[in-house]
Amino acid sequence: MYDMLALYEAKDVQDAVRLRLEHPEAQIIAGGTDVLVQMREGKRAGKALISIQKCDEMRGVSIDDEENIRIGSLTSFTHITNDPIIQKYINVLGEAVDMVGGPQIRNAGTIGGNTCNGVTSADSASTLHAWEAIVEITGKNGVRRIPIKEFYLKAGTVDLKVEDGEIQTAILIPKASYDRTWGHYIKYAMRNAMDIATLGTSVNARLSPDGKTFERVRIAFGVAGPVPMRAVTAESFINGKAVTLENIEEFGCKVLEDINPRDSWRASKAFRSHIAVESAKRCLIESVKLAGGEL
Amino acid sequence: MGEVGKSQVRVDAYDKATGRTKYYEDLMPQDALYVRIKHADIAHGIVKSIDTSAAEQIDGVVKVLTCFDVPDITFPTAGHPWSMDPGHQDVADRHLLNRHVRYWGDDVAVVIAENEVAAMQGVRALKVEYEELPFVLDVQKAMEDGAPQLHEKFPHNILKHTDIRKGDYQSAIQEPGLIKVEGWYDTPTVQHCHIENHGCFAYEENGRIVIVASTQIPHIIRRVVGQALGRPWADIRIIKPYIGGGFGNKQDALYEPLCAWCTTQVGGRCVRIDCSREETFVSNRVRHAIRFHIISWLRKDGTFAARKVECFSNQGAYASHGHSIVAKAMGSFPQHYPCDNMECDAWTVFTNRPAAGAMRGYGMPQASFADEANVDECAKAVGMDPLAFRMQNIMPQGYEDGFSHNVNYYDSFRECLEAGRKYIDYDRKVAEYAKDTGPIRRGIGVATFWYNTAVYPISLETSSNRMLLNLDGTVTMQCGETEIGQGADTAYAQMTADVLGLKSYQDVHVVSCQDTDITPTGLGAYASRQTYVAGFSIRKTGLLLKEKILAYAQELTRQAPYNMDIVDGNIVRVTDGKVLMSLSELAMTAQYNPVHSEHITAESTYTIQNNAYSFGCTFAEVEVDIPMCKVTLKNMINVHDCGKLINPALAEAQVHGGMSMAIGYGMGEQLLFDEKTGKPLNNNLLDYKLSTIMDHPHLEAQFIQNAEPTSAFGTKALGEPPACSGAPAIRNAIYNATGVTIDQNPMNAHILFKRFSEEGLIKD
Amino acid sequence: MAKKQYALVTCWINGREVEQMVDVRASLTDMLRNDFRLTSVKKGCEVGECGACNVLIDGECFNSCLYLAVWAEGKHITTLEGLTGPNGELSDIQQAFMDETAIQCGFCIPGFIMTAAEILDRKVYYTDDELRKLLSGHLCRCTGYENIFKAVKKTMLRRLGMLDDPYLNS
Repeated sequence: MYDMLALYEAKDVQDAVRLRLEHPEAQIIAGGTDVLVQMREGKRAGKALISIQKCDEMRGVSIDDEENIRIGSLTSFTHITNDPIIQKYINVLGEAVDMVGGPQIRNAGTIGGNTCNGVTSADSASTLHAWEAIVEITGKNGVRRIPIKEFYLKAGTVDLKVEDGEIQTAILIPKASYDRTWGHYIKYAMRNAMDIATLGTSVNARLSPDGKTFERVRIAFGVAGPVPMRAVTAESFINGKAVTLENIEEFGCKVLEDINPRDSWRASKAFRSHIAVESAKRCLIESVKLAGGEL
Repeated sequence: MGEVGKSQVRVDAYDKATGRTKYYEDLMPQDALYVRIKHADIAHGIVKSIDTSAAEQIDGVVKVLTCFDVPDITFPTAGHPWSMDPGHQDVADRHLLNRHVRYWGDDVAVVIAENEVAAMQGVRALKVEYEELPFVLDVQKAMEDGAPQLHEKFPHNILKHTDIRKGDYQSAIQEPGLIKVEGWYDTPTVQHCHIENHGCFAYEENGRIVIVASTQIPHIIRRVVGQALGRPWADIRIIKPYIGGGFGNKQDALYEPLCAWCTTQVGGRCVRIDCSREETFVSNRVRHAIRFHIISWLRKDGTFAARKVECFSNQGAYASHGHSIVAKAMGSFPQHYPCDNMECDAWTVFTNRPAAGAMRGYGMPQASFADEANVDECAKAVGMDPLAFRMQNIMPQGYEDGFSHNVNYYDSFRECLEAGRKYIDYDRKVAEYAKDTGPIRRGIGVATFWYNTAVYPISLETSSNRMLLNLDGTVTMQCGETEIGQGADTAYAQMTADVLGLKSYQDVHVVSCQDTDITPTGLGAYASRQTYVAGFSIRKTGLLLKEKILAYAQELTRQAPYNMDIVDGNIVRVTDGKVLMSLSELAMTAQYNPVHSEHITAESTYTIQNNAYSFGCTFAEVEVDIPMCKVTLKNMINVHDCGKLINPALAEAQVHGGMSMAIGYGMGEQLLFDEKTGKPLNNNLLDYKLSTIMDHPHLEAQFIQNAEPTSAFGTKALGEPPACSGAPAIRNAIYNATGVTIDQNPMNAHILFKRFSEEGLIKD
Repeated sequence: MAKKQYALVTCWINGREVEQMVDVRASLTDMLRNDFRLTSVKKGCEVGECGACNVLIDGECFNSCLYLAVWAEGKHITTLEGLTGPNGELSDIQQAFMDETAIQCGFCIPGFIMTAAEILDRKVYYTDDELRKLLSGHLCRCTGYENIFKAVKKTMLRRLGMLDDPYLNS
């Protein structure tokens, strides 16, 4: 039995917005895999909840009129991994969310929840940053869309305006982002399942048609700073460079100029930095292979 | 006939496969009140006051009780047999709730409520005022002058110090040309992590207290509850249903005494205490973190001239099993690699950490890690292969320990090592892997252990048993050595069937639930003794029952008892093999005989005055990704000589579980504490890295079945042994792969990063 | 505000349609154990880290501790009790757990079997690594997972008619 003050169940998105305006103090709950854990811990004990679990219009993956990949915020990790659109265009996202917790957690956990909790270690977050995802937010004033980088304000806080009754309704990947692009994710954790990332590294690459030049490389990390982050110095170093192991080696070292991991009991800054360099290199090598390049 | 030695399906398998097996919480009365415990959120201090007013206002809260309300009785908690010798009794150092808080998580108050939420809210509403005291977490710092003192009676926090002196260490090390191999080895605090948390419920019945508990040791719990409450022991009735694992944590009085007291404070209403996972990690028991200092002096031929061993055991806040664990660890050294000159010392030291108690292996996983790490370095120092070094130095056939009278009757160690060597293809792979020089390197490690089966002669060893002949010719059997998941009931059924000559082990109904009002007194499940110890009383009681059956058969058949036997559930005349009658016919006739009615039963106690060496080894094969600081375990085998197997399939399964625990111990598990506050940091199953199915390779279990001569069925220890040698085997495999010594476990990425950086394998 | 908030939940449990008033604070574990006495649903951590409370909801596995009882509205829920036939007949995966000595203390077993049931119902061949990943949402301290893995793999092969393939069954 949870120590819950009250539960408000939204029937659909509009109902959720209404409930949010009516109960601004209440916490939104989607899959429950974070909120209920915190409630059990005592952190969110005694709080009221707005459940959006039954807003089924927020589930599923599709391609919209503008050729964006559209992922409803309530889509579970399992459904993302198994989705043919994801598998065809952005397989790395399916692979990344397939490393969250264990199978049951992936059946319950949603991509909306994974991003709305604002946590740097979220397995979807680094990939969504590396693919420059767009977050769709619905509130009393309608729908707005912002880049995922702007959605994360600080650790644990995202850009949802409670006073406007806002909830996150979808995540979009624009065609310009996913076209001719291949990526790889390394979750560095202490065990091979049921773990949170010590460091998450997501890299994707688009090569020149002859496969010899890096046309566009993007890299983002989780747990390399308070929120998921891109490594822009490393990216600008490698873009336009030849596809060689030497350049990849240099690219790896460059990430240290961008990232800012912290010392904690979970891992030291020095260790996370070391793994970031190694992971960046390995992810890029793998991306090159997927993109049909040769090393 | 011949059930012993067969891989029979567990007697409880069907119920467990259908989910109908009842554990304590499945038996919970609907009206039970919830007891939630207020745990201290400081590491050391004195409770000055507790403001209960806000908690008492919460709707549903029935009662709040604090450390100022409990009886002024201190009690011991260790699940040891009681000793009539006061010098041998466990240390009584805790109250039901404690005013002197000795670790972060100590119990200071309880809230009893009608429902779970009110109880939780009540606990959060308590305001505790402390006088904070300095605390100490490190075992050697706790021994220093001026260190914070936990218990008045134990200066320098030393619970106990013992030593072993053999030969003359100081003279022996003067021998010219000796090579010195010295190391410090650190083992971590880990927790049992049985999937069922400890819990219990208690109520009063006819002026007595009934407690249904998830425990390994019902009869011992009865004694401890009696002591803690100051009540006659027979006032207490403990019922132990099926339990979801114990591994030693439940070989301690956990919350049964507090639960029993709580029911007396609410008029005997039923109260329940259910530990959360977070509480299980901190406020139950943990494995002792032991630090070892070893100095080995070797001759050039790879023999030991002398060895010095110092062991510092971190007891945590309360004595629990206390010095027994490190005493056992220290005692393993002189016998493992016999050496004429040894100087060993062991200290058990209180610190402001959770109390350490029994855990599968009882000091031996720690000792094995340190000893086998040191031995691998000894081998390297004299230029020998680590396996060859062990073959040369390990306990020889015929070795006898003067204290326990254990004898190594066979050449078990070498037989186990040969089996492991063959399975893992040791010689070929060691040669091949030596060529690895890149970022990914492979290696093989080996480690060994020996283990005592039972607790003789340190403590009492006794087993009682009752058998009833049922009217259908089956036999009901009861004993106090508990089923805790290990498969004891199935082994008992197989042994009982054979002693009595029943057709099948399914003709034996083992009463799995122990009830101290009904079950013959036994000590429960601990050490690795259940099959060994119960074997004696099963044989003794079975023979008694058989004698009674044949005596009655004599009345009915006119045949001399010595000319009869029981075969496949029938009374048979052995002289010509004629089946005289079935056991069912005999039982029915005996029960309903109008002139001589008899319910044929037997009961006896056997006092065991033997112990037995159990032996084994692990070979581990690893692949080390040096830049990523990652070890992948590719292959692992345990080989055990635990005597004759009663049930090979169950034995194999038990080894898998021990190997898994050893993998966790070697690679992931460690309970961490904040140095600044003493607060536990990772007391949950997400942050505490218990290995998952994806962290394991195939686990191979093999056996050398040398029958134990002292044993009733040729069997000896297997429960704990599989957990002992896995971690050092992994350690030695990493050493073999990389040349880097890792002298602390778990050997996780953090420590590999540190060591690989120090040794120049990785550079940034 | 009312002292307690209740909701009527209508759902199918082990094939039977049921209606139940639940306290909205209840987890699905609470409802299944307390209201329906389906005690195969075990509590090992209550925060989704052990898998002991795993049940099937519309054919997918969920840790019922992190699932509110009210969310069960309209769902089909299967617990281990639902795998056993009306006369106590075992499903093949239950029988395999018995035969392969995959059971010790038994506490994690109901959760494991329900995940196995979900996997096996797909009638797909999985490699050893894939199978391990699919089973990775459960912690067990007794078995080292070895025989659990064997039981699931053998049942998979048996269902696919591949059990006699010596290579696959190695």
